[in-house]
Amino acid sequence: MTAPTLEPQVDIAGRHVDQVVEEVPLTAPMPAAAAEPPTTRDIIIICFSGDLEKTWATMILASTGAAMGVKTRVFVTFWGLQTFVKDGRRVTGENWMQKMLAMMQRPGVSHRKLSKMNFLGMGPWMMRSLAKKYHVASPKELLEAAQAMGVEFIPCQMTMDMFGLTTDDFVEGMGEPVGAATVIGLITEGSAPIFI
Amino acid sequence: MSTLQVAKTVDAKGLSCPMPIVKTAQAIKEMPSGALLEVLATDAGSQKDFVAWAKSTGNELVEQTTDAGVFRFILRKK
Repeated sequence: MTAPTLEPQVDIAGRHVDQVVEEVPLTAPMPAAAAEPPTTRDIIIICFSGDLEKTWATMILASTGAAMGVKTRVFVTFWGLQTFVKDGRRVTGENWMQKMLAMMQRPGVSHRKLSKMNFLGMGPWMMRSLAKKYHVASPKELLEAAQAMGVEFIPCQMTMDMFGLTTDDFVEGMGEPVGAATVIGLITEGSAPIFI
Repeated sequence: MSTLQVAKTVDAKGLSCPMPIVKTAQAIKEMPSGALLEVLATDAGSQKDFVAWAKSTGNELVEQTTDAGVFRFILRKK
């Protein structure tokens, strides 16, 4: 035990400096070893972006997750919804603003644009050509593989309403629309979240 | 070259990530437990990917060899 100082020590700001450092005996029992952390066996990808390169990332991770035997879900929201609209749909929505939004960015997994270097479609064209040359599966192929392996694609109800999208606009096999609470629920139950 | 009798072969030569893994997962699904699957790939990343895949799925990576730039994996279904 250190001898207590007689004069109270005061620091530059005028506060008393506590000199007594609590001594922890070396023999103190260690806190009980924490139980093995549960291994995460679920993944939830939040597909927010509709950009080509990010769509690719979503599809690669989703299909790989399923291939590795990991329960994989994709929550599709905001611009991500555009990716899951049928390739053939040109205009979606009910009012002129929703329709105009669809006109300005053609929906469908095959019509994604790059977030940068788009150059009126030149960028994505080059990207797709390179992918073909190097035998990289397209987002569409990966989406189909992911669906075949049981990845659940779950659309966000709120953004569907905002963009005027119905389940009829989407590709086959989408899950029932849900809200943010479902996503948070899954994450708190141990699903590893990935935001793209 | 081993003399293991494989039940099926997945030719993933030329395919990029993640297709070798995806094709393997699809192929092994229809196989009986204990059967051997051979995978041929040229994607260099697959060397590590198949180790991770085996660990995650519980299927056994029995053998891993390289021959003239082709990676050959022998997997036993759990």
